[in-house]
Amino acid sequence: MILKNKDVLGLEEISAEEILGVLEMASRFRAVFDRPVRSVPIMRGRTVVNFFHEPSTRTRISFELAEKRLSADIINFSSATSSFTKGETLRDTAENLAAMKIDMLIIRHNSAGAAQYLAKVLECSVINAGDGAHEHPTQGLLDIMTMRQRLGDLRGKKVTIIGDISHSRVARSNIWGLHKLGAEVTLCGPPTMVPGGLARLGVNIEYDLKKAVADADVLNVLRIQLERHSSASFPSNREYHRMYGITEDVVRTLKPEAFVMHPGPMNRDVEISSTVADGPRQVILDQVANGVAVRMALIYLLSGGDPGALSPAQE
Amino acid sequence: MEWSWQRIPSEFLVTGVKLCRRGKLGKRKGFLHVRKGRIEGLGVGIPKVEGVPALDGEGLICAPGFVDLHAHFREPGHEEKETIASGCKAAAKGGYTSVVTMPNTDPAIDNSGMIRYLIDRGREAGLCRIHPTGSVSPGLKGQGMTEFGDMVNAGAVGFTDDGMPVENGGLMSNALKYADVLGVPIITHAEDKSIVGKGCMHGGYWSARLGLVGMARAGEDVAVFRDVELARSSGAHLHVAHVSTKGAVEIIRRAKAEGLRITAEATPHHISLDHSRCRDYSPLFKMNPPLREADDVNAVAEGLADGTIDCLATDHAPHTDTEKEYQFDQAPFGVTGLETALGVGITYLVNTGIMDMGKLIQCMSETPARIFNLPAGRLEEGAEADFVLFDPERQWVVAKDDFQSLSHNSSFLGETLTGRVTATFLGGRLTWRDQD
Repeated sequence: MILKNKDVLGLEEISAEEILGVLEMASRFRAVFDRPVRSVPIMRGRTVVNFFHEPSTRTRISFELAEKRLSADIINFSSATSSFTKGETLRDTAENLAAMKIDMLIIRHNSAGAAQYLAKVLECSVINAGDGAHEHPTQGLLDIMTMRQRLGDLRGKKVTIIGDISHSRVARSNIWGLHKLGAEVTLCGPPTMVPGGLARLGVNIEYDLKKAVADADVLNVLRIQLERHSSASFPSNREYHRMYGITEDVVRTLKPEAFVMHPGPMNRDVEISSTVADGPRQVILDQVANGVAVRMALIYLLSGGDPGALSPAQE
Repeated sequence: MEWSWQRIPSEFLVTGVKLCRRGKLGKRKGFLHVRKGRIEGLGVGIPKVEGVPALDGEGLICAPGFVDLHAHFREPGHEEKETIASGCKAAAKGGYTSVVTMPNTDPAIDNSGMIRYLIDRGREAGLCRIHPTGSVSPGLKGQGMTEFGDMVNAGAVGFTDDGMPVENGGLMSNALKYADVLGVPIITHAEDKSIVGKGCMHGGYWSARLGLVGMARAGEDVAVFRDVELARSSGAHLHVAHVSTKGAVEIIRRAKAEGLRITAEATPHHISLDHSRCRDYSPLFKMNPPLREADDVNAVAEGLADGTIDCLATDHAPHTDTEKEYQFDQAPFGVTGLETALGVGITYLVNTGIMDMGKLIQCMSETPARIFNLPAGRLEEGAEADFVLFDPERQWVVAKDDFQSLSHNSSFLGETLTGRVTATFLGGRLTWRDQD
């Protein structure tokens, strides 16, 4: 068994060995993408529910694609299409799902801790597709997979995460996962967006972008959640772009092999300039492709799939 | 005559108990003599009274009935969480005989009719003395003042918008001055909402790690400081509710040293638990003010021990299981406290050596009664026979099916506490007996 628990709730709970096992499986699935027929029939007859209690396009489509390529039966329900209102308990949701005898639940929820709660009360496997500002483990895994494709072993490698750390589940999953694989993590952003409390997790905190990126191997640039910043945690998009935006000028100061990542969707010319977003130093579309592979690997392994299946990855 | 729990006469003795009063626990065994609802006599040794049934209190401590300055009984409006009657049952089980209720019901307690209603409902229940507070502003809306004078005449013992701060400093200043002439305190729920924002737990390492919005300590410190300065300029009595930060303790300590009329309370959860309890996203650890850091917990406990904080008050805040199963950020603030306060106090303050038993009991009875000028908290000849018998060594596990409150949202569920109430008497009548 590569994964020890029935659920994947966060990279905090997962060991380095488990992460590497999942990534190995993911790279085998990634190889399938280049075949003319990209689906494998290993999840036939199993039901996966995608429960998105918060708007999401990319993550939901990526999960759906992963499930379809594994030939699973899929049910989608989201807050937009169901009768969820504020205050309805997740327990009711959970009981309904349990009664339907599903095999796996993918949950996206705006409350931190929602995935933990469902995992505790449900017998089926639960994959956290993002809970509030807590964790987004599949994003963390796909980020790490993308980094390893370029850098190999991440021990001693320097990753700088830039942006709204306070509200970012991507940042938290990156921190846990990268630390487990021996990478060094620096957080950078305006002081209103970087909670000092995180220093205790063993990260560096640097408010000066120039210093934060000087010897980085990877820049992971977070989306500025414009809708969340009504109470003036930064003055304007223009100021943000000038202080913390990843522009051509910033990229020129990087180590030659360093590259830029972004979990999407991008605010062009706010946290990242269009020239960088479309330029040669970014790996954004690799991240997207790896996302499907990582999600396939998790769903497959949690369903008891044989880690030796498929031919070894050709890399 | 034989003692019978079933037929308690109007005159009886309690023997073999250690008396705890005026901040001291008696070393020798003593007795309490009750007659017609009042304390006829008390002392060490064996009473020279004959023909009166005697309750054998061997191994128990006899203390004044506890006095809580801060409870939410939810009636009217949210009787599914607690009623006056169920709240009084919970109080009696916890050893309380007098309870000060908070006015943030629905509708709010903002007129004399509502004050009378609560007192009447308390009398009907007959299990403890209800002393209501009224709201500072009509409907707790933070604008304008309620009819303090009319409410005091009806029995209000103080004013507060608890649950919400009085954001307008001018209103707070006027309320302090106006209440002072009527001889009652203003109770401040000290919180600067513009600093605390949408926070749902203490702002620090754990909120950052869990991805929950934090409530900075400064939000409390700043608000306590403002209200202390307003009390300074009017000379009025300010009571600071549920102190939770080391900064607030320090501000209150300085103000008291300067002779200001400031009193303060701390809750059982703030002297015992820190913010790491939120790690599993359980709303049983969500309250306002939130569980803070270990050095805050120590500072609040020490503040209570050295008298900076006058008393232990529960901030008993019942909520239904359903509400406490919402996600952490969605669930309501608050935990129950009346039935666990003594056990928490003994476990976390007495057995850890922070306070002795005499001081703890004083903080739960005599002192709160004195600072709110309530006819309670005295274990002495001629006083109402409001008293509690408890076993200071009895260990028990806090369990969901062991509450008299309609709600079970205790932070201490599953925890083993030391010290449990055996029986509570109100005016010589039994209001609770532990059958366990």
